[in-house]
Amino acid sequence: MQTEILIAGFGGQGVLFAGQILAYAAMDAGREVTWIPSYGPEMRGGTANCTVIISDEEIGSPLVLNPTAVIALNLPSLEKYEPMVKPGGVLVVNSSLVNRGPKRQDIESIFIPVNEIAERLGNRRLLNMVAVGALLAKLPVLSLDQIKQALEDHLPERHKKFMEANLLALQEGAEFALKEGTVKVG
Amino acid sequence: MAKELLKGNIAMAEAAIRAGLEGYFGYPITPQTELLEWMSERMPALGRAFLQAESEVAAINMLYGAACTGARVMTSSSSPGISLMMEGLSYIAGTEVPVVIIDVVRGGPGLGNIAPSQGDYNQIVHGGGHGDYHPIVLAPASVQEAIDLVVLAFDLAEKYRTIVFIMADGNIGQMMEPAELPPMRPIKTEYPDWAVRGAMGRERRILSSIYIDPKDEEVTNYRLMQVWNQIQANEIRYREYYLDDAEYVVIGFGTAGRIGLSAVRMARAEGIKVGLLRPITLSPFPVPQIERLIPRIKGILVVEMNAGQMLEDVLNIVKGRVPVEFYGRMGGMVPFPDEILSEIQRMVCEGIPLDGDPRQRWMKRLAPVIHWQN
Repeated sequence: MQTEILIAGFGGQGVLFAGQILAYAAMDAGREVTWIPSYGPEMRGGTANCTVIISDEEIGSPLVLNPTAVIALNLPSLEKYEPMVKPGGVLVVNSSLVNRGPKRQDIESIFIPVNEIAERLGNRRLLNMVAVGALLAKLPVLSLDQIKQALEDHLPERHKKFMEANLLALQEGAEFALKEGTVKVG
Repeated sequence: MAKELLKGNIAMAEAAIRAGLEGYFGYPITPQTELLEWMSERMPALGRAFLQAESEVAAINMLYGAACTGARVMTSSSSPGISLMMEGLSYIAGTEVPVVIIDVVRGGPGLGNIAPSQGDYNQIVHGGGHGDYHPIVLAPASVQEAIDLVVLAFDLAEKYRTIVFIMADGNIGQMMEPAELPPMRPIKTEYPDWAVRGAMGRERRILSSIYIDPKDEEVTNYRLMQVWNQIQANEIRYREYYLDDAEYVVIGFGTAGRIGLSAVRMARAEGIKVGLLRPITLSPFPVPQIERLIPRIKGILVVEMNAGQMLEDVLNIVKGRVPVEFYGRMGGMVPFPDEILSEIQRMVCEGIPLDGDPRQRWMKRLAPVIHWQN
């Protein structure tokens, strides 16, 4: 059983860290995991993405054509990766930064205004954790508790003061996704 | 020790430090700069030598000099940087001093790009530097394997007084995976009897790659070949997956090998009896292992992130006894497992001819793929 999660957005949105926290939680849960970033001559404000694969056996390719789930934190990422989600998979979209609805009927699409939710929580940089919370509400590959534990165990010391806010962001994301996140085509 | 989530470049650097690295000499180049960066902090903190040279040419010659003291030393670079090091490499080979070199291969030829590639196979495995010499070349496919092979590399380099390469690629360097680092080994206190560390009170030793009299150079060449024979006999390493009942075999190393593993599993799910042979030593190449497979299989698919450099070595072994097909992506493009799965399916459904050139057939199939992706 293998789950592939691709997270994409602008540099600075916390794309790479969101993937790393999934990877830490998977490692602590005793699963096999790979985290691989898109790397290139990139800069802040450019695009960034990473792929996390969580599995019960030795992982082959660290990159897949059709991931189980995609988090698209901006419009270019939605345009590029919505068509790639595996049928039956999950797509989490940052509705704060896109101006259209979903196009696929064969996947579950969660539209969630992660920027607004993060700002309401007092720090717009929490948007990545809001998105991770939303994803895990619909894709139970790891529990929120496992993510919280991973944050506690692996968040750099200088960021520990944001711990509570991160946990709240995960929770808010999950609640939004379960209550009102799912959007149908049309 | 517990597993940590480690990035390949940093894992390789720390593994070298824990294997007792005494000196690192290098010049930054993507996609391996994190390795040098890690060394720049850790090595001085441990009281060991870190030196950022003015170029790769300088770095390899510093490495050469330091290796002559019998110390554990290494450098790292990426493809164009390794090309610059070739003269020094040949001198190191000719002087028979042990060094470890990590090449995190990127797209080429030329300045190319910083994306993952396996285009350095020929430049590392089949030479680069002048003269007859054979480095040991180890190709990791995961962060854990990269750590283990770096440690092994130092032991092999000293055992055979040879160059040992780690041939990784941008994916291995940039990827994070859970892995366990080895315990810190103490720096060695005894040095070999050929090392030049000051001759006070004893007869001086000379290390050189100059043998002006061809008779002496021939003797040296003969000795190098004797060592190479021992390495071939003792140091082949590889991993096999699903080969027990396999009728078809995918052969790929490093990142291409693990992508092949995904494709093999997908094909197995469709009932296709296919397995994977993943060479870990590219030099010495697992010749007997491929030889043993030939009588019982219907076809081989070689997968690489280059235009078929290892393919030539496989064809040399197979010698037309089994059909061979090739699939590769070039220039920093990385194949998806789905592409290799289609190759396996096609090989099984349509069969492959025994004659003809697998590279020519591949180029015909690749043309529309390249156009589709652009």
